Amino acid sequence: MSMVDGPKVSAGAESARLGADASSVRTTAKGTRTQRLRDRWNDLTRPQQWLWLIVVVVLAYLLPVLNIPILTTAPGNDWPLACFSMASFALIAVGLNIVVGYAGLLDLGYVAFFAVGSYTSAMLTSPDSPFLHIPYLWTIPVAMAVAMFFGVVLGIPTLRLRGDYLAIVTLGFGEIVRILATIIPAMKGQVGFQNVGRPPGVAADGIPIFANSNGTPWYWLTLTVILIVLLLVGNLERSRVGRAWVAIREDEDAAEIMGVPTFKYKVWAFAIGAAVGGLSGSLFAGQVGFVNNQKFDVQSSILFLAAVVLGGAGNKVGAVLGGALVAYIPLRFTAIADYKYLIFGIALVVIMIFRSKGLLPARQRLLAYGHQAYRRIVGKSDPLSQPPGALPPSVDPGAAVTR
Amino acid sequence: MLELLLRPAMENDWISFDVPSLIQNFWSATFDGLTFGAIYGLVALGYTLVYGVLNLINFAHSEVFITGCYAVVLVLSSLGFGPSAPTMSVGLIILSLILALVAAMIVSAIVAYLLERVAYRPLRRRNAPRLVFLITAIGASFTIQYTIYLVRGANPEPAITMFRTSPIFDVFGTLITDQQILIVVAAVITMIATDQFIRRSRTGRGIRAVAQDPDTATLMGVNRDRIIVITFVVGGIVAGVGALFYVMLVPSGVQYSGGFVLGVKAFAAAVLGGIGNVRGALLGGLLLGVIGNYGQILLGNSQWTDVVAFVILVLVLLVKPTGILGTSLGRSKA
Amino acid sequence: MSETTPASSDNAQIGRRSAGLPPAAPMNSAAPVNSAVSVLADVDPHLAEAVAPDREIAVEVGENLVEVKNLTVKFGGLLALDDVSFTIKRGEILGLIGPNGAGKTTCFNAMTGVYKPTSGDVLLEGKSLKGQKQHNITRLGLARTFQNIRLFGEMTALENVVVGLDARHKTSVIGALLRLPRHQREEKSAIERGMALLEFVGIADKAGILSRQLPYGDQRRLEIARALATDPKVLCLDEPAAGFNPAEKEELMVLIRKIRADGYTVLLIEHDMKLVMGVTDRIVVLEFGRKLADAAPVDVRNDPRVIAAYLGEPEDGTA
Repeated sequence: MSMVDGPKVSAGAESARLGADASSVRTTAKGTRTQRLRDRWNDLTRPQQWLWLIVVVVLAYLLPVLNIPILTTAPGNDWPLACFSMASFALIAVGLNIVVGYAGLLDLGYVAFFAVGSYTSAMLTSPDSPFLHIPYLWTIPVAMAVAMFFGVVLGIPTLRLRGDYLAIVTLGFGEIVRILATIIPAMKGQVGFQNVGRPPGVAADGIPIFANSNGTPWYWLTLTVILIVLLLVGNLERSRVGRAWVAIREDEDAAEIMGVPTFKYKVWAFAIGAAVGGLSGSLFAGQVGFVNNQKFDVQSSILFLAAVVLGGAGNKVGAVLGGALVAYIPLRFTAIADYKYLIFGIALVVIMIFRSKGLLPARQRLLAYGHQAYRRIVGKSDPLSQPPGALPPSVDPGAAVTR
Repeated sequence: MLELLLRPAMENDWISFDVPSLIQNFWSATFDGLTFGAIYGLVALGYTLVYGVLNLINFAHSEVFITGCYAVVLVLSSLGFGPSAPTMSVGLIILSLILALVAAMIVSAIVAYLLERVAYRPLRRRNAPRLVFLITAIGASFTIQYTIYLVRGANPEPAITMFRTSPIFDVFGTLITDQQILIVVAAVITMIATDQFIRRSRTGRGIRAVAQDPDTATLMGVNRDRIIVITFVVGGIVAGVGALFYVMLVPSGVQYSGGFVLGVKAFAAAVLGGIGNVRGALLGGLLLGVIGNYGQILLGNSQWTDVVAFVILVLVLLVKPTGILGTSLGRSKA
Repeated sequence: MSETTPASSDNAQIGRRSAGLPPAAPMNSAAPVNSAVSVLADVDPHLAEAVAPDREIAVEVGENLVEVKNLTVKFGGLLALDDVSFTIKRGEILGLIGPNGAGKTTCFNAMTGVYKPTSGDVLLEGKSLKGQKQHNITRLGLARTFQNIRLFGEMTALENVVVGLDARHKTSVIGALLRLPRHQREEKSAIERGMALLEFVGIADKAGILSRQLPYGDQRRLEIARALATDPKVLCLDEPAAGFNPAEKEELMVLIRKIRADGYTVLLIEHDMKLVMGVTDRIVVLEFGRKLADAAPVDVRNDPRVIAAYLGEPEDGTA
């Protein structure tokens, strides 16, 4: 078990990589605490894992109701609304994680898709809009489709090129959407759209269940959406789609030569990421009830990226935590709220330099039936929990690269 | 259904074209565009140089530029410059401007240097993947931006008028000011100087070698780290030149976030001219400035310049990703 | 570093046992023989069956499967490949050799679509590969390994192989999203076939290890398994023995013979003459981008032009 003893090396040498990094010699040691946690998790049986998951999910649903004294953002910020904000960020981070974490494509204008989703929902429900009006819940799939369309339109010219171009084009796009919302008269600029629709339902006292000021139902709705999205993203991860994405991230040329239509899957990653962005934008518009051009600045895009990177790019659970954290910190610690951009900017640099796998480094599981296969070999539920010490002692992982 | 969707779109004004005003203002738009484009070109040069040697978009270059702008503003305002034209003698004005220019060049160069040393070099040592570089770059950009924000606040700096501009030529009924001529000429000179530096000097040869083939260059005794630092510093110095003229042209435009949008446009200019190509940077900048200005007048809002620049960037990437002059920092002949 | 690789052949056997398959004879004990039957005698028949190519190939054994026609590649003013023509017959192991810089890898890259040939053409089963996308060329049946190993480092060995298998999968994104029956079928068969392939190259016991953590020799084997996973009509190996010691080269020769015996056609680019002479049926020799010879190993060995071409490198000599 060379790894447990090697944390001193690992903290700094924790190989800094989101993608292929063949020439760096790395130890297999992870941050030992997360590693141990993961080991313990992997040692649980399937039913035990499910039990724990259920407990966590129930606790998550209870979060706005419990109002735990240390955690709560009150009195500075309404706690249920803060929970919704955290859930919103978490959903966004899950979506962006598909693009950045799985496929290794840097999208710096993710807020644009969020904005497209918001505007779609607003313009299809708000009385201020001359458009056709449909029920709010129906705008959600429309918002996803429209965001997806923009994702494809933006992806096709840029995804053929090297990743840097995608980064700058999305960065520009994020700003352009805001500018267009300002200068195109029909988008109503700062005036915006009032009274965006909400899901149906009225409580006993005559107030809509999904009132703008009532964070809890919105939080529950968003949390449910997150769980569904996580499930679906998990399905994609453990399929040829997830494998194609990770292969592209690791070595795009090699992936292409191994028969992966890289361009097609990059566009898919981009489109699916955009759809989730649109989805979260749509929910956001519904909760706030008002959409104008002030909410979709570039800074948000960078915060979203920070959420993904903080949680550990490529790890969907990490993305949820990262997203929640990025939303939570400024709401809870209002004294530092003004510094949040600086803090997360520094966090991006520091994480990339010292711990590029984020707080929760985790590998993607890319096989739908991997458990069975691996169990056959080592007689354990999962090989990933198997310490490298199980290899013949002479096997130094770095040797492969250095010779 | 489609008609229902489209009808309100027609009723509402989405986009309108004001062709007569473009025709009427064609020449002034052209000259204004060239002036702006010169500044884009100067900033684009920094992107192009770093891209040439590192194959990396240095997202933080816009912050290298904006810190230079702050240097100009602070130096000039401490020398007594303000919103109204200065009353001091011409010689003193020129001296002040040179002082401000030097300050901007030094500050921008220092920021670029620190960026390379603190953020990028550790990653290079570790041979980190591109994605890590790009995220670091954007994080660094953000950090610098909000450090400025904390120090100087969110409001724009007070305007600074450097000298009273006066028209010199009359071209097609449009007056060209001394300021416009100064900016374009200075940009061209800076560009030529940089180009010559890269073509003729020993260090320039090193830069070209690293751009062409970093590994071989290292084998041939080129100190790659040194060359990369120099490239960042040269990019910073040129950005400092751009900063002076930016403050001159847009006296009230200096704000903590001001570098960002200009950065995207400058990058678009670099791509348009052919990223990695020093001459392309200026060409791309001038073209982008002119086209952006036409778009602004045609569409009736100054913010359209950003949209036009963006559309140009996407179109160039779609049609000819290597830009007009091709990507050839490494291949330019001595 | 050098102590890492000898472990690999032992592990191959561990793999067989632990994967529940009957133990096979150690690979390096197999004598270098050319008969397909005797080579495969070492391999579990079920395994050989599971790994064997399972698709229609339009040409008969012994016919021309690949035709390289007047292939020319220019880089700027440099003529890297000058009017090279040769064929690969179905079922053979063709060696492509030549001194450093002779154009072997260039030829390879032009065949697999990495470079666009300046002129000339490559036909697979009589159909031109010109203008085909790289991933399509792989799906059409031309798979390759890389001289400098290019595995997907953050994936396990098995996942790497399944990426290769995906080349022949048909699940759509929607199918994967909703776990439709085809997806489940393909995923299950991918595990089976993926494990069989790893078993075949002798690293089944390491299926769950990240590929970048594998020892060097196993990484080379994994590359071969991944290429085989695409179910190629022609398997192109680019210097698979690079960095191997003589014992490992010996094992590799056994593996290559095994692959051919299982029904694959192999194109082998190699620098090491001993390996090439020992394993190939026919050899094409390149020098300065031109074809120098195209003959059986014995004839190539005695060809004075080839000897002259290799004179500068006595350690690779014609022994």
